[in-house]
Amino acid sequence: MSGFMTSSIGKKVVMSISGLFLICFLLVHLTLNLFLIFDDSGDLFNMGAHFMATNPAIKIMEPVLALGFIVHMIWAAVLTLQNMKARPISYKVSRQSGNCSWASRNMFILGGTVLIFLVLHIFNFYWKIKVSGSPLLAEVSVGGVEMENTYNLVSTLFKSSIVYSLLYMVGAIFLGLHLTHGFWSAFQSIGFSNDLWRKRLTVVAYFFAIVIGAGFSIIPLYFMIKF
Amino acid sequence: MADKILKELTLRVWRQKDAKSKGHFETYKVHNISQGSSFLEMLDILNEQLISENKEPVYFDHDCREGICGMCSLFINGRAHGPDKEVTTCQLHMRKFHEGETITIEPWRTGAFPVIKDLTVDRDAYEKIQQAGGYVSVNTGGVPDGNAIPIGTDDAEEAMDAAACIGCGACAATCKNGSAMLFVAAKVSQFAKLPQGKVEASRRAKAMVAKMDELGFGNCTNTGACEAECPKSISIQHIARMNREYLCAKLKD
Ligand code: HEM
Ligand code: FES
Repeated sequence: MSGFMTSSIGKKVVMSISGLFLICFLLVHLTLNLFLIFDDSGDLFNMGAHFMATNPAIKIMEPVLALGFIVHMIWAAVLTLQNMKARPISYKVSRQSGNCSWASRNMFILGGTVLIFLVLHIFNFYWKIKVSGSPLLAEVSVGGVEMENTYNLVSTLFKSSIVYSLLYMVGAIFLGLHLTHGFWSAFQSIGFSNDLWRKRLTVVAYFFAIVIGAGFSIIPLYFMIKF
Repeated sequence: MADKILKELTLRVWRQKDAKSKGHFETYKVHNISQGSSFLEMLDILNEQLISENKEPVYFDHDCREGICGMCSLFINGRAHGPDKEVTTCQLHMRKFHEGETITIEPWRTGAFPVIKDLTVDRDAYEKIQQAGGYVSVNTGGVPDGNAIPIGTDDAEEAMDAAACIGCGACAATCKNGSAMLFVAAKVSQFAKLPQGKVEASRRAKAMVAKMDELGFGNCTNTGACEAECPKSISIQHIARMNREYLCAKLKD
C-alpha cells in the first residue's frame, strides 16, 4: 500500500470513507434530534441525550468522530490546494455551469460553511454540556432517572433567538447541498459506480440531501413557529 | 440551401510568443464567414488576413480535421472544443455562432500542458502516462488466431467505448481541478475489459496513476465536466472502474 494515501485516487478514497462515516453519524444525530419535536415535554429527547452521554460505545465513537471530521477536513484542504495549483493560469472565460453541478464545483466552500456551523454548534451545545455547564441544564428526573435537561438548553436557544434558528437552518441547507454531490461522489471514488448505479445513486443522493437539509432545518423552525 | 454569412465577428485570441513569454489577448475582426465553414476554417481565414497584413499568423494545433486524431484543441467562449456537444474543434461549425459575436479563444490551461506558442500546448504529458502502462506486452512468435480467446459482446463494446478516446486533452482542460482522470481511465479501461489486458491490469493501473500524479495533474472530484465536454462522450464510469482497479491493485501490494 506504499504511497496510497498520497496518490490522487488514495486521497479520494480517504475523502470518501471519512465522508461516508460522517454520513452515518448524521443519520444517528438526526434521528435523535427529531425527538425534540415529537415530545414537547422534552422527556424523549432527554432520555436520548442521556443514553448518548452515558453509553460506552458512543463514548468510544466520540473521538473517532472527531478524527473523522479532522481527516476529512485535512484531506479536503490538501486536495483543494493541489487542485488549485494544477491550473496556475486560469481561463479568461470559463462556462462550467453547463457541464457540472454548482455543488460539485463548490465542495470546499460548502464544506467550509459546514465547518463554521460546526464550531458554532459545538460552542452552543457540546461545550455547555461537557465543559462549562449552564443553568439551563439543571437536572430533571425522567422515569426516576436524574439527568441533565438537554431539551431545555436546545429549545431555549431556538425559542429565544431567531438569528440562531436561522443560522442553524442555513447550516443544514449547506450541508444538504454538500451531500447532493458528496453522497454519489463517495461511491464513485471507491469505484462503486457505473452508468446504471450512477443514476440510482444520484437519485438517492438528492433524496438523502433533502432528508438531511429539511430534517435538521425543521427543528429550529418548529420552535420558531410553535413557541 | 445556401449557408448564412456572418458579416462580422470579433475574435479575442490568446497570443504568446513562446513558452517563456507572457502572453496577452489580441482582438481581431473577421468578415463574411459562412456558417457552413468549420471553426478552424474561420481561423484559416483570419491567418490569411494576418499574413496579407504582414503579421504573424495565429498558431493552433490541427491535423485530420475530421474529428479522429485528437490534435485540435482550443477553449472557445469558456468551453473545451467550443459550444457544440460531442465534437472536436475541427468539427465545430460556425453555425453555432451568431452575427456580431465576440469569440474568446484560449489555449488549454492546465499546468501539465504548458503553452508552446499562441494556442498550441504541449500535450506530451498524456504520451508519458500512456508510455507508463497503456499497452499490453506481447511476446514475439506466431500470430495467434484473433478469435481464439472468446470475448463477450458487452465487454468488447465497453472496451471499444473507452478506446474511442483520442487523447485531445479536453478532459483535463475543462476540469476545474486540471485532472486527467478521464483520459487515464479510458486508457486503463480499454484493456481492463479484455482478457489480453487483464494480465497486466494491476501494474498498469498503478503505473499510469503514479505517472499522472507525478506530472502535476489535479485530483478528480467527480464533477463530471470532463464527460460533458469529451468529444467522444467517454463516460466517467471508466473512472469508477479505474478507481476499483487501482484500489484492488494497491490492496494486493
Ligand atoms: C457532517 C459533515 C460532512 C459530511 C457528511 C461530508 C460528506 C462528504 C462526502 C460524502 C464527500 C464525498 C467524498 C468523495 O467525493 O469521495 C465529501 C466531499 C468533500 N467534503 Fe465533506 N462532509 C462533511 C463536512 C465537510 C467539512 C467540514 C469540510 C471542510 C473543509 C468538507 C469538505 C469537503 C470537500 C472539499 C469535499 C470534496 C472533495 C472531493 O470531492 O473529494 N466536508 N464530503
Ligand atoms: S484535427 Fe484531428 S480531431 Fe480535430
